[in-house]
Amino acid sequence: MPEPILELRDLAKSYGAVEALRGVSLDVAEGSFVALVGASGSGKSTLLKTVNALVVPGTGSVSFEGEDVAALPGPALRRRIGYVFQAIGLFPHMSVGENVGIGLKLAGERNRAARIAEMLELVELDPAMASRMPSELSGGQRQRVGVARALAPQPDLLLMDEPFGALDPVTRDSLGERVRELHKRLGLTTVMVTHDMAEAMLLADRVLVMSEGRIVADETPAGLLSGAGGEEAQALVAVPRAQAERLARIDR
Amino acid sequence: MSAVWDALLGLGDKLAAHVLLAAAALALGIAVALPLAVWASRSATVSRIALGFASLVQTIPALALLALFFPILLSLRAVFGEGLPTLGFLPALLALALYALLPILRNAVTAREQMAPGVLEAADGVGMTPGQKLRLVEAPLAAPYIMAGIRTAAVWTIGAATLSTTIGQPSLGDPIFAGLQTQNWSLVLAGCIASAGLALVADTLLGAVERGFASRRPALLWGGLAVALAGIAASALALYAPDDDETVVIGAKSFSEQYILGRLIGERLEAAGYAVEYREGLGSAVVHSAVTTGAIDISIDYTGTLWTNQLKREDNPGRAEIYRRLVEWEREQTGTLILGRLGFENNYGLAMRADRAQELGLASIADLARVAPRLTIGGDPEFFERPEWIAVRDAYGLRFGETRNFSPTFMYNALQSGEADVISAYTSDGRIAADDLQVLDDPRGAFPSYDAIILLSPEAAQDERLIAALRPLVGAIPVEAMREANYAVDREENKRTPAEAARMLTERIGL
Repeated sequence: MPEPILELRDLAKSYGAVEALRGVSLDVAEGSFVALVGASGSGKSTLLKTVNALVVPGTGSVSFEGEDVAALPGPALRRRIGYVFQAIGLFPHMSVGENVGIGLKLAGERNRAARIAEMLELVELDPAMASRMPSELSGGQRQRVGVARALAPQPDLLLMDEPFGALDPVTRDSLGERVRELHKRLGLTTVMVTHDMAEAMLLADRVLVMSEGRIVADETPAGLLSGAGGEEAQALVAVPRAQAERLARIDR
Repeated sequence: MSAVWDALLGLGDKLAAHVLLAAAALALGIAVALPLAVWASRSATVSRIALGFASLVQTIPALALLALFFPILLSLRAVFGEGLPTLGFLPALLALALYALLPILRNAVTAREQMAPGVLEAADGVGMTPGQKLRLVEAPLAAPYIMAGIRTAAVWTIGAATLSTTIGQPSLGDPIFAGLQTQNWSLVLAGCIASAGLALVADTLLGAVERGFASRRPALLWGGLAVALAGIAASALALYAPDDDETVVIGAKSFSEQYILGRLIGERLEAAGYAVEYREGLGSAVVHSAVTTGAIDISIDYTGTLWTNQLKREDNPGRAEIYRRLVEWEREQTGTLILGRLGFENNYGLAMRADRAQELGLASIADLARVAPRLTIGGDPEFFERPEWIAVRDAYGLRFGETRNFSPTFMYNALQSGEADVISAYTSDGRIAADDLQVLDDPRGAFPSYDAIILLSPEAAQDERLIAALRPLVGAIPVEAMREANYAVDREENKRTPAEAARMLTERIGL
């Protein structure tokens, strides 16, 4: 077993009276694609953000590639971690190319154009789009740019918070597939937060179910489909399974 | 219209001074507002306090804010030494910069609050330090809004800068105030046109910069900025003159007699080889502090005014005694020299149209007290706050039906049009005879006497040559001569400028 790239220990975090995390411990192996699934308010986004220190945990520790996250300066840490989220957050005053190249610019790289074109191709966008402004793009194109921006500085770890939540189903499916391919091709470790169990089982090779600030199940997609993981996990699996069965009946 | 045009052409220096003052105040406002806005975006408490303070400043009338800086700077002399200017550019700059603060700060804070949270999260997410986030994301996104705030501030500042005349800073307010006092409407109009025109030009240029920011068109941005800076540089160049300590500064309050006497003294000093500057339209309280602290060198004041306002006396020991004690008091308390009495009195009196006084059977203020509840009294804005009025009111038990404020020149019009039955008049005013007015007797001697006197600042009092040049004025101006000169400026027809009236007066008294 190789050394885990992420080690989370006894994490707790409260916002006022609300306890978002109640003692979470988790190891993530290098190269794995982990999905964090749960209802709204289950603490999955909070847990994800403790990794790139956008959220500082109340107690507990996070270590990334063997280093304690709390001891690293936040900006330096985040430059080593790709981050994609539902709001996308493209910088509206920068062109698509400048958005994709921002991480390289922060790292002080001068010749960015080739890398930007390469990144746009990776997310299946025309490199000529580099000169467009974000306001000229469709929602799906914008999130592709968001993914390209996260991957441009060649991070080892990719964090995604509901990355496809605002996209139409067709775009959502194709972009999901694309991210899965890039994960393999670039040798990434990926942690993705989603409330969609079907998406989690289709993309990830390890699914964690969160409820009320705790991890209540930790299974492979196959394990979940065979009924493992307990009551809460199975309640989430039941939804896409029932949908699939209903679709199959219509087809018959 | 040609009079307005002529007046406009003569405003070059005032315009340049106005541009420099407004630009400096705006620059200072920006320099304070932007760091404050950054701090406010990091702390809700700072944001509340800063915006609260800026809004509070905005509720203070501009005129009062300008005047307030005089005592503030005066007290700061304890820290910064006697060299700290208390009148002119510095207080005007500080007051206007405070005024410019609010729109810039509020727009900057609002721009930051309205920024999409996703964009700010992305800035953190890609690993920007707080400084990079400010420079690469927050500042460029807020820039068009901040620029709009700067634009608003510029228009306000240019407008409010006209009021800096009252604290002795040359500006486009000079022709407006001088014109209002002497009813020279061409001058008023010229000042207004110049100031409004300047505001429009500034608004257009800054508008171009704002659009340059918003639409990311650098040419528009730098072009607008370059033209604005060129205008400011040209103003600085126009005003550049080697600093000259020999320049004598003559102060004048805001009425015709003061303008005329200021010019009279100025021309005598110029003839004696001095360079002269005028600070005209100063508030009555400001003038005395200005001459005693050396912010101006020479002023004309009145014994009764100083007796009540500076010595805080309510008794009336008689004309000669008041003068004697004033000279002593100034020498001991402020080091200011009272050079002498000019020879005429400009007393406060209560005046009515002669026909109206006759109709009501009034000859004295005692008679007036009986019918006062049916009458309206008009006074200049200071009058009803002055101790003299309070003394007279209480001595005769005056209770008027209505009390109205007018600027000194409009009081006489109000009397003619019947908007006021009684006004606070000045006995040296030429319009008393010209308008056939009757000054009511003061049998109880409630109004003190108001001998016109020349005051020299402690520094000017050391200058023997200057004293020698002014000494011939002592006792030289009879009240009839002063009335004539005043009337030449105040009348509606065939008006003279204060400088022309001063020359007439010089000739008349044979100096």
